[in-house]
Amino acid sequence: MIDRLPGEASQPLARAAIYACLVGTAMYFLAPLLVMALTSVKSMDEIRDGNLLSLPLEPTLAAWAKAWAKMRGFFWNSLLLVVPAVAISTAIGSFNGYVLTKWRFRGSETLFGMLLVGCFIPFQAILLPMARALGQFGLAGTTAGLVAVHVIYGLAFTTLFFRNFYMGLPDELIKAARIDGAGFFTIFWRIVLPLSPPIVVVCVIWQFTQIWNDFLFGVAYSSGESQPITVALNNLVNTSTGVKEYNVDMAAALLAALPTLIVYVLAGKYFVKGLTAGAVKG
Amino acid sequence: MSSLTVKNLKKSFGSTQVLKGIDLSIEAGQFLTLVGPSGCGKSTLLNIIAGLETPSTGEVWIGDRNVNRLGPKDRDIAMVFQNYALYPNMNVRKNISFGLEMRKVPKGEQDRIIDRVARMLQIEPLLDRKPAQLSGGQRQRVAMGRALARDPKLFLFDEPLSNLDAKLRVNMRAEIKELHQRLGTTIVYVTHDQIEAMTLGDRIAVLHNGEVQQFGSPSDIYENPANRFVAGFIGSPSMNFIPCEVTGSPVSGYGLTMVSEGREFVLKTGADLQSRIGKTVILGIRPEQITHVMASHLEEPFTCAATCPVHLCEPTGPDTLVTTSLNQTKVLARVRPDAAGLLGQDMELMFDLSKAVFFDPDTGSRLGLPLDRAA
Repeated sequence: MIDRLPGEASQPLARAAIYACLVGTAMYFLAPLLVMALTSVKSMDEIRDGNLLSLPLEPTLAAWAKAWAKMRGFFWNSLLLVVPAVAISTAIGSFNGYVLTKWRFRGSETLFGMLLVGCFIPFQAILLPMARALGQFGLAGTTAGLVAVHVIYGLAFTTLFFRNFYMGLPDELIKAARIDGAGFFTIFWRIVLPLSPPIVVVCVIWQFTQIWNDFLFGVAYSSGESQPITVALNNLVNTSTGVKEYNVDMAAALLAALPTLIVYVLAGKYFVKGLTAGAVKG
Repeated sequence: MSSLTVKNLKKSFGSTQVLKGIDLSIEAGQFLTLVGPSGCGKSTLLNIIAGLETPSTGEVWIGDRNVNRLGPKDRDIAMVFQNYALYPNMNVRKNISFGLEMRKVPKGEQDRIIDRVARMLQIEPLLDRKPAQLSGGQRQRVAMGRALARDPKLFLFDEPLSNLDAKLRVNMRAEIKELHQRLGTTIVYVTHDQIEAMTLGDRIAVLHNGEVQQFGSPSDIYENPANRFVAGFIGSPSMNFIPCEVTGSPVSGYGLTMVSEGREFVLKTGADLQSRIGKTVILGIRPEQITHVMASHLEEPFTCAATCPVHLCEPTGPDTLVTTSLNQTKVLARVRPDAAGLLGQDMELMFDLSKAVFFDPDTGSRLGLPLDRAA
């Protein structure tokens, strides 16, 4: 939000320049999305004849239907992968954060420091060792295996989120609950978790986006029918046989991007709020 | 209701020793205030009594039970925190009943207790509100209600009034005192505010650097401080500390040489300062013992008048605080407003040394008890 400072109000030209700049930037970023949306509702003939930004003369959802038919199975794969992976990594992250802030033990800060390193390990570095580990546990090529990979990789982030949020919860709350007679789990369940929705939202959005959009783990640790949608999309777009159906490609790409988009639209403002929320007042 | 005894309690965090052997004991129904500047270890001591922290060595007894090995919930205590620590997600009713629920008190009994506590603290209209919808004073009441609900053996207060504004603080202070007199509970109350400590406590423990500097009744601590720290910490405005040379002899009595803007005079004292003749001591004299001249008092043995310059006048209403200077030290006097001198001029001040105390200039320890009291 731009607050009007004294003296600024008398400069309409500068204000216009600022808005022009903002609108221009927004259009620059939205243009690809627009092109995708337009292309997905055109027929192949129209795509070949017209230019990228021309409006469709005869809008049709045929490409969407075709894309959905091809992607449907993989869409469910991704959903089956994302829901447990997000739920488990958020739950464990929350529990880790609780222990690391409210039940400190000797070396807990060191442990947290080591966990943080996990945030900086690139995907590529763990590809081979992880593949071996999954093979040994008999999880290679399964959705469960992929869920495990995402949970482990996401823990560093979710723990960081929850730990920083719980730092802002006054320790006296825990002390008061202990004196009231509540134990370790009761305090977590009855006091700490009910105060956590802002950070849970942040964590869920972050993890959902990461896992839904992940390609590398998906392509490395899943096979055939269990592939997530990102991998399937890649396979669809990169087929070298037959005619390139741009409208179907675009529709499929939009289908793949839709869930993260929806999550942002629905919960975006909580995301920003949660990221900046330090303490719970009360 | 129970007595409390703390024996040789020590606590270290790493290499820093926070408590260096604390011994305290109060009887059932007494009100103990732990007072000291921030960082003196008073909150740590309270947390150890509560069982929230474990001592390095030493024992805590509540009644005739050694509670060292018991967790906070088994010690039968209740605690009120500085930031109230109300559960933000629960309404007032749930906040009060949470501890009862944890102790498996039947629902009907819980409701009766909530009613009783709410009536006692006049928070009935607030029962269905969340803590965020309450004012500071209301939160304070709810926090006390939560503590009262369980009817514990020992109440612990950790600076409960320091987040309130000045007026509310005075009201709540009176209410806590009244509550204590009505219920007769044993209370340990931590504060850094010496006025709270003086007004509330039956017994006061002054803590500094992890040690009990003095443990006694409020009047004892005020009139007979064990050392310079206690003397300076208790009392507002603070006691004056004036370095001065001792003259005289056991026969003629002792005097203290004062110099103020070139004028020299001697204050007589009844304290036994024989070993300090010709040396410097620190005279400790409270502002209310330096006043305007009252002729009727001048005949008393250790009272005398002297002319001093007025450097500053601070009217407080009932009295005016006059700042002067003796032996190059700032000295505060408490005089009747209409008797206060004018800024930059001289005024006659009367020094009453009958309650004066003396300290060693190096160690700060108390010197020469008054002759009449030593006898």
